[in-house]
Formats: sequence, structure tokens, C-alpha cells
Amino acid sequence: MSANKESWGSRVGLILAMAGNAVGLGNFLRFPVQAVQNGGGAFIIPYLICFLVMGIPLLWIEWSMGRFGGKHGHHSTPFIVDTMGKNRLWKYVGVFGIWTNIAVAAYYCYIESWTLSYVFHSVIGTFSGLDQEGVANFFGAYVSLGTSTLGVPYEPIVFYVLCLLLNTWILSQGLASGVERVAKIGMPMLILFGLFLAFRGVTLTAGENGAINDSSVGLNFLWTPNFDRLWSPTVWLAAAGQIFFTLSVGMGTVHCYASYVRGNDDIALNAMSAGWMNEFVEVVLGAAILIPISIGYLGVDRVSEMVQSGGLGLAFQTLPYLFYQWGDLLGALSGVMWFGLLFFAGITSSLAMGTPWIGFLQDEFNWGRKSAAWSFGLFVFLLGMPTVLFFKYGVFDEYDYWAGTVSLVVFALFETILFSWVFGIRKGWREITSGSDIKVPGFYKFIIKFITPLLLLWVFLGSLFTPKGGDWGAAMIGPWVLDNSSIINKIKNVDLKEKLAAATDPAAIQLLENQIFFVNASRILLLAVWIALALLVYTAYKKRVREGRLN
Amino acid sequence: MNTSALIVMLTTITLVTGLMIFFFIKVMTTPPRPEPDSYLDNDDEPEREVPRK
Repeated sequence: MSANKESWGSRVGLILAMAGNAVGLGNFLRFPVQAVQNGGGAFIIPYLICFLVMGIPLLWIEWSMGRFGGKHGHHSTPFIVDTMGKNRLWKYVGVFGIWTNIAVAAYYCYIESWTLSYVFHSVIGTFSGLDQEGVANFFGAYVSLGTSTLGVPYEPIVFYVLCLLLNTWILSQGLASGVERVAKIGMPMLILFGLFLAFRGVTLTAGENGAINDSSVGLNFLWTPNFDRLWSPTVWLAAAGQIFFTLSVGMGTVHCYASYVRGNDDIALNAMSAGWMNEFVEVVLGAAILIPISIGYLGVDRVSEMVQSGGLGLAFQTLPYLFYQWGDLLGALSGVMWFGLLFFAGITSSLAMGTPWIGFLQDEFNWGRKSAAWSFGLFVFLLGMPTVLFFKYGVFDEYDYWAGTVSLVVFALFETILFSWVFGIRKGWREITSGSDIKVPGFYKFIIKFITPLLLLWVFLGSLFTPKGGDWGAAMIGPWVLDNSSIINKIKNVDLKEKLAAATDPAAIQLLENQIFFVNASRILLLAVWIALALLVYTAYKKRVREGRLN
Repeated sequence: MNTSALIVMLTTITLVTGLMIFFFIKVMTTPPRPEPDSYLDNDDEPEREVPRK
């Protein structure tokens, strides 16, 4: 018998936990950057369409798969998917639902620890009096484990361990007393902090407190629609990708949370409520903070240049400085709110990443909640240390690419095919609508069976064979030259090899050679973890056979 | 702000906020199911023992 007797405390708690799982750092750092890079206001059209035809179907699929697995006593994806398809290999597809979470948690908790550290530094006034370069240098020294301003040796590692201990302790308290309680505190706080900062973001006035632009300049930059970009497959691919990351689908966390919902309780309305809550945080709050405030103080050209390297730089190297333009007190308060908001967004997601592993150990090996939670903490620590120690060699990015990007698409594609075609849409539809508190529109049966899998296949193939410069038109008529961001060229390290071939400085050559070594080593490590988890699933399967628990 | 940006922004914000509020209110106003349900907090409420019509 499974040692897993967990339950949710309340329906609102479950929805907040699910919304917290979806709301992450990407809502504030990735979405606005993606919008700016992909047609401004016009990006919202493919984005919302992808939400309707891919995001919502995937939410319903994952919620119903989870609840279905829960009825059979399964709380992690290997045996949830195993109950839905006759082929015994399906459970190895389900390994992705544990592996992704552990690998993503390994680097995600590191960023989460930065936010914790930056909250602390905002409180003690570390950024007060620093110019923008000073704040940027602080970040550079921090991630390279340089000199600590607190006098604490290896400060990033200390905060990383603290963050992991906090996550592990909360997880050890259980679903209702740990995860749900944090979501009930964290989500309202996140929205409150977000509303305050969004208000500041949309009320900037040029000439006041050093601002060079009104907030309308930033909002124009973000929202002015460039409808010509709607014809570009790259924009649609970016929109579909953003929907993936923002909803935390294709990870196995939604299945795990939903597996604690009883068969007669609603999932369709719950999924919609959590999904739209995530959209509110992303589109309404996320769009009103990073870009408008940055452009208000730095101007469009500078920010356009900075967003090319993503939102992390703006968030950690620029905003702490900009907040202090509002005065010492408001600067410190805004710093606490901004990094506090990111921390709540992060921890509600990282807690979700812990639950599949814990559920698996409880179900299959009768582990207690506490020991399973601490084993998660240890596993993540060991896997995460390379991202901390070898950050500059690209280990962090490598984890993010394979576990946090490619794996999500692969698992979502498989689970959609399983749900719609193997388990069958007739049974699947019954699972979605069973106990539903809303009328699920009938046309979604068609969307789930045909549109969602095709869209996912297109996203996967588009990532596998991305044409050079994202120019699909040229690729169609001419030779198909792969972009260095395509999965195929990534595997071959084409980008790094090109840089190495062009490098002349011995130090740069050495750095690139090290990068190639660490990138390959990271992949081997991640693959080894996947194989180890697959072996564990195989062991659990044999144990089930011995105990006559197969279903 | 320019007109097109303003229209896109306000339409999106209204749509997303409206749907978020709509679904959350729907959750809050839907009568709970009789026990046993998925949630622990309401286990001791006597009115929950009556099947929902």
C-alpha cells in the first residue's frame, strides 16, 4: 500500500497552488521581452490564440490525466501515463515528468536564491548609493562567487542552500500544511507587490526623479502592434513557446497536484481559474513593470539592446539602481517588493517541482513525506551545484535548454497523443467533463484531438529545424540552413565551435574550450539522471508485479 | 500612448482581467459537493453531508 494519504485543504488553496505553479519568474522577465522581440502589441494575438488552442487543452489534459491517475493511487507521471496506455513503455515517457522537475529545480532554485539574496540586500541598503555600473558589477561578482559584500564566504552558495532548505522544509510539511499554505500567502502578496510596482510603472513622468521618458513611451514600445510580424512563423513559435513556459505544462507538476482531486470533483473550472489567474499576472502585471520602468529611465534604444540578452539582466543588474531614483526609502521598498514578488513567483513553482518526486517515492517505495522531501532537497542540491560553480561556462543555460525547454515540448507532445489517440478522445472527454462545474465547449473535443497535437508537433519540429535567422520564407525556397539555436545545431555545439574557430585571444580560446567541455559534461550528467530515474521506475514496476499491484 | 497601442492594451487587459475574475467568482459561488470531497478544511461542516441537488 502507498504511504501517500495527502489531500488539499480547500478548493481555493488548490487553485492558488496551481496558479502559483504556473506563475514563475518568466511571467515578469520572459513575457515582456518576448512581446518586444516579436511584434509588440501584435504578439498578444498569436499568444492568446495559442493559449486557447494549446494552453487550455493542455491544462485540461493534464488535470484530467492527474485526477485519473489519482483514482488508481498514482501521484507521479510514470504510473499515471502507464494506466492510460496498454504499452508498458509509456511509463518511461512518464520519466520526463520527474526528471524535468528535478533538473529544472536544480537551476531554478539558484535564481530563486538570487531573489532571496536581493530582498536581503535591498533591506540592508546594499544598492543605495551605487550607480548602474555598480549594481551590474555586484551581480557579476555575485554569480562568479566573487567577494561578498556581507563578508560571508561563498554567499551565493549560502543563499542557494538556504533556499533549498526552505523549499525542502515546506515540502516536508505536506500538501495542505506546506505547499497550499505558502500559495495562500505567496499569491496574494505577489499580486499586491505586482499592483504596486505596475502602478509605479504606468505613472512615470519625464523629468521627475531622473526619468527621461513618460511611462507611455515604454507602453507604446511594448503594445504598439506591428501586424506585419503576424505572418512570421517565428512569432507564432515564440508565442506557443511562451504559453508552454508560462503555464508549466509538459512538466508533470499539474498531473501531480491534480492527482489529489477526487473523481467526482471538478477539474475543468479549476483549470480555467488557475490558467486565467496566471494570464492576469503575466499580461497585466508582467507587462507593466520591467519594460515601462526600464524605458522610463534608460530610453528605448538602450532597452532594445538590453532585451536581446533576455530579462534577467534588466531584473538584477538594472532595476535595483532604477528603484533608488525614487529615493532611499521607496527604492529599498520597491527592491523588496520586486525581488519579493519574484521570490514568491519562484517558490510557488519550485515547490510544485518537488511534489512528483515525493509522490513517486511515497507511492512506489512507501517513503514517508519528510524523508521523501529531504531526498528531493539533497538530489536538487547535488544536481544544482554544477550550475552554481560553473555558471560562467554555460552549465546553467544547458540545464535550462534541455530540461526547461526541449523536454517540456517532448513530454507534452507524447501526453497529448496518449490522451487523444491512445486513451481515446471519447474516454478523455469524459474525464475532462466528469464533475465539471462549467460547460466545456464541445468544439474543444476537435481541438484536443487534432489542433493541439499538430501545433505541438509544429513547435517541436520548428525547434528541431529552426532556419537561419528564423527566416522561414528563405528556407522554404532555398537551401535549408539551420540556425544555431535549432536543437540539431545545439547538439553539435555549432555556435561554440564557430566562436572557437574565430577566436584569436588565448584566454578566449581557453574559455570556449572549457565551455564546450562543461556543456557536454552537463548533457552527460542530465542523461545519466534520466537513465537512473528510468531504472528506478523499472524497479518500481517489478515491485508492483511482485506485489500484484498492476492496473 | 498612441491609439493602436492603447486599444490593444486596454482590450487585452479588460479581457484577461474580466475572465480571471469571472472564473474565480464562479469557483467561489459554486456550491461545494457533499462529502467525501477532495478538500480537508470543510470536512466537519454538517450541511456538507446532504447531497447537492
